[in-house]
Amino acid sequence: MDLRRDIFQAIADPTRRAIITLLVAHAMTPGAIAANFDSTRQTISRHIQILAECELLTQQQNGREIYYHLNPQKMKIIADFIEPFRSMWDERFNKLETIMRQYKTKK
Amino acid sequence: MERKTKVHAEEGTQDILITREFDLPVELLFKAYTEPGIVAQWMGTKVLKLESKKHGAYEFETTDPQGNVLFRAHGTIHDIIPDQNIIRTFEMANAGFDVQTEFIRFEALTDDTSKLTIQSVFRSVACRDAQLKLPFAWGINMAHDRLQQITNALK
Repeated sequence: MDLRRDIFQAIADPTRRAIITLLVAHAMTPGAIAANFDSTRQTISRHIQILAECELLTQQQNGREIYYHLNPQKMKIIADFIEPFRSMWDERFNKLETIMRQYKTKK
Repeated sequence: MERKTKVHAEEGTQDILITREFDLPVELLFKAYTEPGIVAQWMGTKVLKLESKKHGAYEFETTDPQGNVLFRAHGTIHDIIPDQNIIRTFEMANAGFDVQTEFIRFEALTDDTSKLTIQSVFRSVACRDAQLKLPFAWGINMAHDRLQQITNALK
């Protein structure tokens, strides 16, 4: 298991978020992705590589071209990332309620 | 009655809004935030200091069974109005996050129910997002540690 890259670090970058947004519509070749940006093709390739290393993108060879797709499983992790935070507080507050109800009856 | 804790964190903003309704009179909800012994129980941390008064300070610390510090946080109470409001700062030590301001509002709904609203304001959107994903990151680390334990046991 390679945890070298953090998917949240990956999406912290505005260019990488823009690449993800582009790929929501359909799979694209690196050239087609780069055509949407003012940065050099090399810079965009680097961003694509980081997203691919985080498994946010998957590659598909189609003849001579490589197409990049979004990986829905990994995207779901991002969509759900607020849930662990919420359940952490929910557990704390449930505890608070239990403690204070006992406190009330003790009085 | 909506018992579940709700978290609102709109994209591109630098605050987190947490709301929760309790089957508790507002006085007891407020007490749960101001009595050190009670805070320690539900927050699951040691309360080294908690001066529940205007300009008072607080300090929390959590250690593992070996005594290593896992979490340390502190802050200053800017304003406190019993059964209504606490406005305080909060900062985690060595976490690399900046200080945040917490506006904690206590409201009576009926004689026996109350509502808690916490608005945490961060220095930047990035700081806010880092804080939100922290339990998520811990989850990943825990899974990773478990995996490590299992593979170590196989050796």
